[in-house]
Amino acid sequence: MNNSQNIIARSATTTPPPQVRNDVEEVAKLIDVSKCIGCKACQVACMEWNDLRDDVGDCHGTYDNPRDLTAESWTVMRFTEYESSDGDLEWLIRKDGCMHCAEPGCLTACPAPGAIVQYANGIVDFDSNHCIGCGYCITGCPFDIPRISPKDNKSYKCTLCSDRVNAGMEPACVKTCPTNCIEFGSKKDMLARAEKRVGDLKARGFRDAGIYDPAGVGGTHVMYVLHHADDPNRYAGLPKDPRISPLVGAWKGITKPIMSAIIGITAFAGVIHYVTKGPKEEPEEAPDDATPPANRGGDAGHDASSGADPHSLGYDATRSSRSSSDAQRHPPGGDR
Amino acid sequence: MKTSHNRLQRYSPLDRANHWTMAMAFLLLALSGLAFFHPAFFFLTHTLGGPVWARILHPFIGVVLVLLFYAMAVRHVRNNLLGGNDVQWMRQIGDVLNNRDDKLPEIGKYNPGQKLVYWALVVSIAVLLISGVIMWRPWFAGYFPIPLIRFASLLHALSAFVAIVTIVVHIYAALWVKGSVRAMTRGWVTRAWARHHHGLWAREKEENERRERH
Ligand code: HEM
Ligand code: SF4
Repeated sequence: MNNSQNIIARSATTTPPPQVRNDVEEVAKLIDVSKCIGCKACQVACMEWNDLRDDVGDCHGTYDNPRDLTAESWTVMRFTEYESSDGDLEWLIRKDGCMHCAEPGCLTACPAPGAIVQYANGIVDFDSNHCIGCGYCITGCPFDIPRISPKDNKSYKCTLCSDRVNAGMEPACVKTCPTNCIEFGSKKDMLARAEKRVGDLKARGFRDAGIYDPAGVGGTHVMYVLHHADDPNRYAGLPKDPRISPLVGAWKGITKPIMSAIIGITAFAGVIHYVTKGPKEEPEEAPDDATPPANRGGDAGHDASSGADPHSLGYDATRSSRSSSDAQRHPPGGDR
Repeated sequence: MKTSHNRLQRYSPLDRANHWTMAMAFLLLALSGLAFFHPAFFFLTHTLGGPVWARILHPFIGVVLVLLFYAMAVRHVRNNLLGGNDVQWMRQIGDVLNNRDDKLPEIGKYNPGQKLVYWALVVSIAVLLISGVIMWRPWFAGYFPIPLIRFASLLHALSAFVAIVTIVVHIYAALWVKGSVRAMTRGWVTRAWARHHHGLWAREKEENERRERH
């Protein structure tokens, strides 16, 4: 956590987080996929700056290394060999990592207060010190980004170098990229640059070039320029219309306060019922109950009559008892 | 305490030990689970030694509950099938709630309300187990696709809600009907209690007694 006073959203928190210092411009990282050469300098820079040293992976027949994001690899270049219908082969390379959504599913799902925060500049940061390791952020994220470390059971992902940005520097990956494929600045500026790049690409024949800044998650603070914006799925499964899953919405949404209220109301109703209607008092023991079982064997009428009359098990059990002594005290046709 | 001149045995020592172990497990599960359920209850993580411990322990306690619960449930299926005067009893739910017990028909070992509690828990605890395993990190969740984990999380929260409301009703009923708690703490009820609240069961028990004597 780098600035504890410009937090615009905080996980599992129902009151406003501290945000008076919010006169901050929204930032964005722009990744121009068409300029990426797949050198992985950004992966190395990320390791260096963040002091991460993932295990050395293995080769499995593609250039992806490591194979997937991990708790110690917050960004991974994903390589796709795409064959178009007219037989052209395209080598698509996408730098994968947290998108820093304006409406982050991870933060929505997180049950630990303050373990995920969103700064006024748009960066979504994990305060892993408060992480409990439940994995709800993975359940909530529409991009499958967070990873839980097997070493400490805490969740990790790209911070957009919130520590560097806070000190006025660009993220490490941006600084190191040799082709300027990754750029960083205010979201407004980055959108303007992206427009320009899309114009260039269109002029060069990529009719479907476009910006990836998906509205379903309120826009993102990591954006792509794609030559095939009509089909983002081509880029190693980048979702076309990402949004917080309706299942997550139903799970974390209005159902929770409603269910909580019903639990409370049920308990309260019990209290009210008890003080208004009262308990079902323990029925008094009939005199015949007090006599040893040996003497009760001759109580012939007992079973026959109690089955026939549904009212026979009265509120006051002494009344419904049919021992001879009882019958004398309560003649038939009495107060029943 | 065995059956005697004015008492009937309702629960064996094993039944009682199982019931109260389950009660403690359920309480810990409900408190730790609610802590993740909504921020208003997050402080309840301290019932299991803090947020991280609560997250770690909750599923293990869940498995303990499941084992105890179904060990109990299979032995009580027969007594929890609807039948006898159950429908009539349900029609007269107003009399039940207003303590007009003298108007109620005789019922067996469990009344329809108790049977409903039984079946609600049989179903909700099964759903809690299945969905809980799917959500369980770091052990199992990694084997399931994320959309399924989302669905399981929703189901787990819903079924936990059903189970908790059911248990609130169950606890209230026990406090409301005097003489019931003792059935589960000491094992016996008075004959008057049995005849009053569970006439068919009392008659069956007493008939068995008579047969044994002859
Ligand atoms: C039957 C075995 C059970 C298993 C395996 C299980 C597992 C889990 C897991 C893995 C979680 C996520 C938090 C964590 O990692 O600790 C969770 C949450 C939860 N559990 Fe369970 N649980 C079980 C039974 C129960 C029971 C009986 C209750 C209710 C009394 C319950 C209530 C909850 C609630 C309310 C949550 C929070 C759900 C949410 O975040 O919306 N669980 N459970
Ligand atoms: S991409 Fe995933 S981890 Fe990143 S902010 Fe969005 S929801 Fe959170």
